[in-house]
Order: sequence, then C-alpha cells, then structure tokens
Amino acid sequence: MSLKIIVKGKVKGKIMKTLNPINFLGAVDKKTGIIHDDKHDKFQKSIKGVILVFPYGIGSSVGAYTIYSLKKNGSAPLAMICTKADLSVASGCALANIPMVIVSNLEFDSLNDGNEIELDTEAGKIL
Amino acid sequence: MELTKEEESAIKGEKGETLQLAYRILVATGEATNAEKLVPIQWAHVSGVNYNTIGDAGQEFLSNLSKDAKVKVKTTVNPMGYDIDNVSKYGLDEEFIKKQENIKNSYEKMGVTPSFTCIPYEIFDLPQENTQVSFAETNAAIFVNSISHLKTNKESAFSALASAITGKSPYSDLRMDQEQPNLTIRMKVENPNELTFGMLGFFAGKIADTSVSISGVNKLDQRSCKSLCGGMGTSGICGKFLLEEGGKDSEKVDFDRKEMQNIYDELNTTDSGDLITLGSPQLGLGELQDLTSSLKGKSFKKRCMVFCPRSIQNQARKLGLVQELEGAGCEILSDCCTCLTPLINKKDVDGVTTNSIKGAYYLKNSNGVNVNLKPLNQIIEDETK
Repeated sequence: MSLKIIVKGKVKGKIMKTLNPINFLGAVDKKTGIIHDDKHDKFQKSIKGVILVFPYGIGSSVGAYTIYSLKKNGSAPLAMICTKADLSVASGCALANIPMVIVSNLEFDSLNDGNEIELDTEAGKIL
Repeated sequence: MELTKEEESAIKGEKGETLQLAYRILVATGEATNAEKLVPIQWAHVSGVNYNTIGDAGQEFLSNLSKDAKVKVKTTVNPMGYDIDNVSKYGLDEEFIKKQENIKNSYEKMGVTPSFTCIPYEIFDLPQENTQVSFAETNAAIFVNSISHLKTNKESAFSALASAITGKSPYSDLRMDQEQPNLTIRMKVENPNELTFGMLGFFAGKIADTSVSISGVNKLDQRSCKSLCGGMGTSGICGKFLLEEGGKDSEKVDFDRKEMQNIYDELNTTDSGDLITLGSPQLGLGELQDLTSSLKGKSFKKRCMVFCPRSIQNQARKLGLVQELEGAGCEILSDCCTCLTPLINKKDVDGVTTNSIKGAYYLKNSNGVNVNLKPLNQIIEDETK
C-alpha cells in the first residue's frame, strides 16, 4: 500500500469511515468530538479515539483550530486518512501531531467502517 | 519538497521554536499539495481571531506563540467576537471578553494590522496582479484569486499564520500557472439575486476541485460576487472561479432551479426570523450606500444587525450613512461578523433572517439557530414598515 505521509506516527484503532467531506468548524464539536451537522451521515457520532477515514476537509480555514482543540481537549481522532489533502486538515494535524496520510481512491475503498487497523507511517503501511 | 539550507536549519530548530513550528506547518501543507519549494509572499490574511471559534486551546496557543513570534510581512486579521466600542451592550460574560481581549493582544503583539475584517480586499490597496499572498479567510481567498488576480491557495488559519511569520508559502496548486478547470457550472437560473449567487457558490464548492469555470454569468455586482465567494468557501475546497465558457474537456454541470431548491432546502430551516443579520461577508461602503437608499422612508420592524469593517463604518459615519441606517432601525457593528458570533445564541433567538449562505450554514450548525433565507430586497419588503 502506498501512503503519502503528511504527519508521521504509529497507531492502532478502529476505523470510522464516511464518504462525506467534513467541515471541522461547522460540523464538529471541538470539546467532545461529536458531529453536530444533521446533514452529515455521522450525525451525533464522535470522532474521538477513532482512525478517521474521510475524503477531505472542507469549508472554513478555522477548521485547523478545531482539530488542534480536539487534541488539547482529549477528543481527537487517533489518526486521519484522506484521499485528498486540504490545508486545514494537513496543518491542523501537523500542529496537533495527529498522524495523517493520503491514500489512493482504490486504497480508500478497501478501508471499511468498524475494522481494526494499524497505521505505521515509518513502515509505510496500513495493516 | 526542496528546502534551502536556511529553511532546513529552521525546521531542525536551530532558529528557535517559533520558526520550527511555522516551517513544520509549511512543510506539511507543502507535502500535502505536492509543492516543489517555498516562495515569498507579500501579504498574509489570518483567520482564527474569534474566541468563539478557536476556544481556550486556540487562545493559549496564540498567547504562547506571541511571546516570541513576529510577523514578517503585512498581516491583516479576520473578525473577532464583538464590537470593541460596544462590548458592554451585549451581555457577554466576563470570561469571554477577557479571553477575546487576550487573543486580540496576542495578534497585536505579533505585529499584525488590527483590521478585524473578512473583506480585506475591499479596504486595503491591492498589490499588482499575480502577486503571491496567503489568505486564510475563504471568501477573501476566492475573491482575490478570481477578481483581483492575486495568487493564494485556500489557506488554513495555521498555514496563513506560518506564512505571516516566515514570509513564505508552498508553491503549489493555485499559486502556479493554472491549467483549465476540469469542471464548468452552467448557470441556468434567470434573474438571479445575491442569494441565488450564494447558492450557486455553495453548489459549485461541493463538486469542484481547486478551481471551477462558471458560464452564463454576464454581470456580477459586488454584493452578488461576495455572496458567491462566501458560499463557495463554505462547502468545499475550491479557491478560484473563472467566469468563462469552459474548455471542451471540462465536464459540464447545470445549476438550474432544481439544484438551487436543493441547496435552499438544505440551509433554510424556518419561515421567519426573530432578527435580521446582514454580513458574512461584512458589508462594504457601496453596500451600505445601497442599503441606505433602499431604506429611505422605511424602518425595520425587527432588530437588524449590519456588520461592516471599522474603517468602512468611519467613512459611512462621515457621509451620514450610519445615522440614517440607525434611524431606520439598523445596529451597525464592526470588528465582528455574523459567522459564529457570540452575539446570537439559541437561548435568546429561535430564528435568524439573512441573505448570506455562508452565514446560514454556520448559524445553523455552530450557533444552533434556525435560518430564514431571503434576498435583501425581499427582507426590506417583508420586514420594514
């Protein structure tokens, strides 16, 4: 599996996958990690402690602060896996030290909601 | 990404923690966008100023950063949480005011211009075309790329701040000479107003990549253009539009009444509001002049909050516009804006009437209030006496 590494790290956890992009400022509660946008398919679910698999971040540039706040509040995902890197997610993860990688569409399709995986950027793989 | 010796040394921490942090952000965003190198920028516009959006974590981060960091290029900043001159009027708690003041002080300590505006393109002299800048506020990034022909990516709060401190940005995507956008939105809705353009922007933002062609738009007044930029910035990653037919290889998608209705149904949640907000983006002088003439002999039946930059309010006051607008029942607010304002919350307000698509999205999702969408002429017709 070929990964483009944006922020390094090694984590093990459960995938939470959505096909919908995420507007972090508008859709995620920065204290709890709960998605509060009723139009999002993960409405009322929390992104805390999961490996968040989603296409990319959208909307406000302040979404980067939401990601940083999630980390400071202990409600951040363990890692993020996207198909495209937007600058808010990339910079938010860089500052918060949340491992983040970009994968191809094919690899994205092979990651299933609820599966346990291990992401290791040093070894360059997802197991 | 190739780095100079100096940049390498900064990222190793040999030039201090602040520069190490700034370069770490630029390398991450550079890698994310396949940049070959960093290039100098002349102006940064930073977001992440409102305590309501960045919270304690953001406030503490900026407070620490400002002990050492200084901006290296002209840096303007987004709106904060309240109007500095009228803070006592709105019953905000002491804690909020204290934290917001601390954020304001941190930015000022770093040497920014305290503009507190989301429309820097309307109140500052613009550099010549093709100048590299770094704009975080999404409506502003889209506006300066599309209308003013400056060059920026749709930056994040942190990437623009890192650019302000280093004077550099990754050379990628919209900063380079662009290929033709791979998508063209065909505008089919007749007699559009600013709300239509906001919905067009929101629709385009959802499906476009970093840039998009829009055909079928012949003229775009300032209010409609800002509305389009605001809508587009909210729903996606797109940072630039071109009003053109679009190349033959470009995929064509229509924006007609059906597509417009879908966006309207997504964002409009009530038939009437308890108050009206005009902003997101803040209004410029021309818009205040228009509003004043539309309100001649009328006054609002409800509270109507009008957001504009401080410098615009000062000009408008000299021209007698502020006095006339206040006479017609408007509250003129500066330094802050509709989006995530702490001045509107669901404890006191059920619904808000606005003509802003961007405002609607964040009022609904972040402030948790209902939204009633209407174009300005309709708002004036329905809500004045």
